[in-house]
Amino acid sequence: MSEHQEHIVSPKIYLTILIVLLIGTGATVYAAKIDLGRWNIVLALTIAVTKMTLVILFFMHGKYSARRTKLIIASGFFWLAIMLVLTLADYTTRHAEPSRSQLAPVRKLEPQPGAPLSA
Amino acid sequence: MHRTGELYGQFQTLEQQKESATLGMWVFLITEILFFGGLFLAYTVNRHAFPTAFGVGGNMLDLNLGFFNTIVLIASSFTMAMSVWSAQTSRRKAVPAWLIATLLLGSAFLGIKVVEYKQKFDHHLIPGHNFDVTYCSRNQVACGLGDKEFADEQKEIREGIEAEKAPRMSEEEATVALNAHAQLYFSLYFGMTGLHALHMVIGAGLLLWLIFEGFKGRFDANYNTPVENIGLYWHFVDIVWIFLFPLLYLINRHLA
Repeated sequence: MSEHQEHIVSPKIYLTILIVLLIGTGATVYAAKIDLGRWNIVLALTIAVTKMTLVILFFMHGKYSARRTKLIIASGFFWLAIMLVLTLADYTTRHAEPSRSQLAPVRKLEPQPGAPLSA
Repeated sequence: MHRTGELYGQFQTLEQQKESATLGMWVFLITEILFFGGLFLAYTVNRHAFPTAFGVGGNMLDLNLGFFNTIVLIASSFTMAMSVWSAQTSRRKAVPAWLIATLLLGSAFLGIKVVEYKQKFDHHLIPGHNFDVTYCSRNQVACGLGDKEFADEQKEIREGIEAEKAPRMSEEEATVALNAHAQLYFSLYFGMTGLHALHMVIGAGLLLWLIFEGFKGRFDANYNTPVENIGLYWHFVDIVWIFLFPLLYLINRHLA
């Protein structure tokens, strides 16, 4: 049975990751102030996921852990994805009343006499 | 209880024993990921339903304090990683020193959080009977706003009310709707940052114990599992904040 040898991550790598994380933090604040429409949230989450990946791989030694541990880490995010994707697949495809009030073009129309209420 | 890192009967080697401890910690952290995941999901669903009110709420947070706190927390993750490295390389005196640095940064984070919570309290933004999202657009002095900030605040509320207006809805009804939806945002804000802060407090308690044991010179290359695993916990709490910061503070800054 081959055993996993403990890998010691050097302070140089920790310092590099720290600097990259700080740059990422600055970048996310800078990007948030530019109007990118719906891409603002995409960019913010991309930066956050990148930062998280760096923390897991290096600060948390994910890159150097045993394959069994890596599998457990990946499975955790897989379960999280199931929860998020399946729930949002439901919520985003239903037209509940609160969402309707946010549909800007529709609510500007005054209903005509005799016409159905929903445009 | 492992005292010095001796091999226990159920393991074949010390490496295997250590690997099992790491694996167990990760299993615990996965339950934590799903725990916070539920709150992130609640946030996503409600933000999808009430984008305007969430934008108004998000712009009421103090961006500078949130930004500074993010830096403090990332720095504390670095000092935590350095304490693990010190233990792995048997620098016995450096272990408690880095841990103390981590504890100080963690405490600074919580202190700033207290300042922020107090500010929200003064601005009537604590969910409940006295919640009033329009408070600062009517009370310039009480909210300590400059003339330009006050004008921005009024414009923001004005636009929020307009966006909430459904057909044949009166001004008052739209204001009530904005208030209700903004209250939802602040409930999530306090729920999520509160749970995160609770994790920080627990982490600070664990750090205190590590520092105490570290001063006895207990952690070295042979035995450092507690430092490593509490380190994993601390980094996890940092990751939660990495997501909370853009989602709560930066939603609508491009429109402010």
